Amino acid sequence: MNKSMLEIRNLHASVGGKEILKGLTLSVKAGEVAAVMGPNGSGKSTLSYVIAGRAGYEVTQGDVLLDGESVLAMAPNERAAKGLFLAFQYPLEIPGVTTHTFLRTAMNAQRRARGEAELTTADFMKVMNAASGKLGIARDMLRRGLNVGFSGGEKKRLEVLQMALLEPRFGILDETDSGLDIDALRIVAEGVNALRTKERGFLVITHYQRLLDHIVPDSVHVLSAGRIVKSGGKELAHELEKNGYRDYVADAA
Amino acid sequence: MTVAARPAQIRTEAETALAGFLAARPEVQNGPAGEAQRKAAGVFALKGLPHRRVEAWHYTDLRSLMREAWPLAAASASAKAPAREGLRVMIIDGVCAVLPASSPPGIKFTALRDAMASGGGTFAAQLFPDIGADDSPAALNAALARDGVVIEIAAGVKADAPIEIHFTTSAGAPRSEYPRCLVIAGAGSSLTLSETHASAARVQRNSALVCWLSEGAQVEHVFHTGDAAPEQHIATLLGDIGAGAGFQSFALVAGGSLLRRQCFIRQSGERAKIGLRGVSLLKGKQHADTTLVIDHAVPRGESRELFKHIITGSASGVFQGKVLVRPHAQKTDGGMKSQTLLLSGEAAMSNKPELEIFADDVVCGHGATVGQLDTDQLFYLMTRGLPKAQAEGLLIEAFAREAIEFVGNGDLRESCAAALTRWLETLN
Ligand SMILES: Nc1ncnc2c1ncn2[C@@H]1O[C@H](COP(=O)(O)OP(=O)(O)OP(=O)(O)O)[C@@H](O)[C@H]1O
Ligand SMILES: [Mg+2]
Repeated sequence: MNKSMLEIRNLHASVGGKEILKGLTLSVKAGEVAAVMGPNGSGKSTLSYVIAGRAGYEVTQGDVLLDGESVLAMAPNERAAKGLFLAFQYPLEIPGVTTHTFLRTAMNAQRRARGEAELTTADFMKVMNAASGKLGIARDMLRRGLNVGFSGGEKKRLEVLQMALLEPRFGILDETDSGLDIDALRIVAEGVNALRTKERGFLVITHYQRLLDHIVPDSVHVLSAGRIVKSGGKELAHELEKNGYRDYVADAA
Repeated sequence: MTVAARPAQIRTEAETALAGFLAARPEVQNGPAGEAQRKAAGVFALKGLPHRRVEAWHYTDLRSLMREAWPLAAASASAKAPAREGLRVMIIDGVCAVLPASSPPGIKFTALRDAMASGGGTFAAQLFPDIGADDSPAALNAALARDGVVIEIAAGVKADAPIEIHFTTSAGAPRSEYPRCLVIAGAGSSLTLSETHASAARVQRNSALVCWLSEGAQVEHVFHTGDAAPEQHIATLLGDIGAGAGFQSFALVAGGSLLRRQCFIRQSGERAKIGLRGVSLLKGKQHADTTLVIDHAVPRGESRELFKHIITGSASGVFQGKVLVRPHAQKTDGGMKSQTLLLSGEAAMSNKPELEIFADDVVCGHGATVGQLDTDQLFYLMTRGLPKAQAEGLLIEAFAREAIEFVGNGDLRESCAAALTRWLETLN
């Protein structure tokens, strides 16, 4: 299958009147893991928000297509129903909504959007316990308010738990490795690898080669000043680790 | 230009009608109860309906909101309803229509009309305490009260099942009613009291509940006005809380076009604990006012208030909370919070927390916030597949639940939570 699953075409996007993405083009095929690396402030999170549909991120030119269909006019939940998932760099805290209730609500919302029956309590407990066990997430965490008082690493694990439960067709991970200790990094990477299939695509945003040792990418892209300035295979990540972004930042400036 | 002194504030059509109701009261007994009612009538005659220049009513200008006074409900003999399981009192058209068929040992129910016919000085002082007595709508209730219920729970008696007082009306023309209820909790007794309000006709209800808690008594009061709420409602709660007693009152308010809930609570014994909380759900053009006056008259009292308003449409909410700590009331511990979510551009909220502290060794604080739903939280939930309305509902529910969690009785807590869910469904 060579058709691209996520296709970003000449994307220009502004936030607060300032253009952040300046003609970004990138395509990811089904079954592919594409890594995006780039300096702080280059627009990586902006890209993830534009794909997910955050308000206030204005697309002035270009398009984002999932399976050939533009997602730009869709609400965030419609994009989720189409199979897009974003693991946030900074997951939000929602006091008063227990993690457990939230997970169940989210799973059922997506099942409903797909015309499937809601999960029974027993079925939900079964899948949730299995998935959280694999990610080393304690039961008592699930009874607490969503992300409330979770450590940085716990929040990231919870993002991956949500992805595992929602089984998206395309996952975007925005610095899911930041805040994770070495063991957690391995556990989380295993969680992602377990979801890798021929039908599913990923865009993995990271600063570090270390994550890519565990989640071995099929392609690596350098994002600088709002554009992809270099693409290559997994060896590109090694090169960046050694030399930093100086060659690319100079190009873009 | 000079303005002639006018002691009598009877000016508007409604005030004139109300003065007529007072004048036409059936001859009350000469005893202490009659004396108290005459005094209350005098308060109303002097003050009339409160308006925006009356500080405690600044945000709820009753004189202009209450254009007319609907006729007094007739004590209809048809106002009968089948007795139900459980300890349920029904006040229909202001008349005590149903008392529990049987009551557990140590708990006594009496129709107020009977109690008033035979009560002496002590009873009159309990029914008409000097708490909040200069508020003219409260005085109007005192002056016009003819029926309701008296619930006495003997010292040491622990009532397991909640007691419900349900207020409603028969169908028919618009009317007004002035029921008054008295709860006397003996030393060390405990009681859960559910006060629910409905109506089957357009009604102006001016209700009062007086609670006396003797030493160590524990009372949980849950006020609920919802789906068929009275159109205009002034609900006064008067409480006297004795030493070591605990009084927890929660109000779930949804419905009705005008509601003023006013709670005057006096801590009369040391180490009493008072907790007043509530959730008001307002939409359309509804106006709901919660006004609290907590009087720490003696040392070592504790009071906690938490009121949440969720307001949409062009509805308006008011929260006024006055905590008075008298000079001798050292070691008072008070904390008051008002939190509001405005869901529409035209929704409005007025907050007036007030601390009047005359003692020097106290811990008292208050805080009021008014905000909107957090768009980042909404976005996060929507990326997980929740449609906007559902994501909003989840956040609103979480906001309100924080207060509902304080309802101690499980069934009542669940029914408040269910009322919240029902209300949220009406928004979509
Ligand atoms: N609301 C906003 N108004 C103006 N500028 C913004 C706004 N939000 C983000 N930016 C700017 O957009 C640029 C890109 O930010 P973005 O978060 O996408 O970077 P990033 O590549 O994810 O960085 P990091 O590696 O630090 O996570 C930054 O210069 C940032 O300051
Ligand atoms: Mg970022």
